[in-house]
Amino acid sequence: MKSAVIVFPGSNCDRDLAVALEQVSGTRPIMVWHRETELPQGLDLIGVPGGFSYGDYLRSGAMAARSPVMRAVKEASERGVSVLGVCNGFQILTEAEMLPGALMRNSTISFVCRDVELSVENSQSAFTSRYSAGERIVIPVAHHDGNYSADRETLDRLEGEGRIAFRYSGEVNGSARDIAGIINESGNVLGMMPHPERMIEPAHGGTDGRRLFEGLLEAIG
Amino acid sequence: MKTRVYVTLKKGVLDPQGKAIHHALEGLGFAGVNDVRAGKLIELDLDEGVSEADVEAMCRKLLANTVIENYRIEGAA
Repeated sequence: MKSAVIVFPGSNCDRDLAVALEQVSGTRPIMVWHRETELPQGLDLIGVPGGFSYGDYLRSGAMAARSPVMRAVKEASERGVSVLGVCNGFQILTEAEMLPGALMRNSTISFVCRDVELSVENSQSAFTSRYSAGERIVIPVAHHDGNYSADRETLDRLEGEGRIAFRYSGEVNGSARDIAGIINESGNVLGMMPHPERMIEPAHGGTDGRRLFEGLLEAIG
Repeated sequence: MKTRVYVTLKKGVLDPQGKAIHHALEGLGFAGVNDVRAGKLIELDLDEGVSEADVEAMCRKLLANTVIENYRIEGAA
């Protein structure tokens, strides 16, 4: 699996994501700086990492979504390259209109940083094939703006098309319909607030995140 | 030329920050506040040649996220 991790000023989970990808796939991802206008050739997967790109100025992910590299990421996704956006990466993908909806300030106002239980809603995607539908898994969250918001029509469509990948089992941030992660229409872009890269070896307190990367490896080689 | 762009959350979109401000005002003893909505004011200093349509485009492409926000453009003297 040839992968790249995009690095924005203020990204802070880029290395964690790279470590997870390397551990599972055996190949070190290429780190790509946000100013790049072209991506390395032959990528199978692009990781858009967590953090506070551009200091969360204006809105979380707003600046990063308009940076030069994201144009290339969008084009690659349209050619079928898989894209995984975690936390700030999810915010960036919605701001870039690669995923619908928006991530607003948590309903509690406070930053939430803890392990949360998720239910796997769709086990058919390239990202979730190593889980079973309805399975409960534990993955940590660490965010201030994870409150997923979209109009009812969009939410109904996401549910109807099986594009909700993960839901929170309990109240976390006020997200509409407890949405923790969604998939795009073509099934090759996943955005999620929880951090699977922080749950890949027993020393992390669990390995529930690892199967996401293993599933990806299996699906895209 | 100074132009102001007001960005506000759409009606019906919950505003956790507005709610917290509301609670804080009540905590300070201010009565009669029915609701609080928080937004942003962005001031642009523009060349004369920049049209309102250009500012509209700026709003749609960056300044507001039209999934959840409305914007209002106000020219200032």
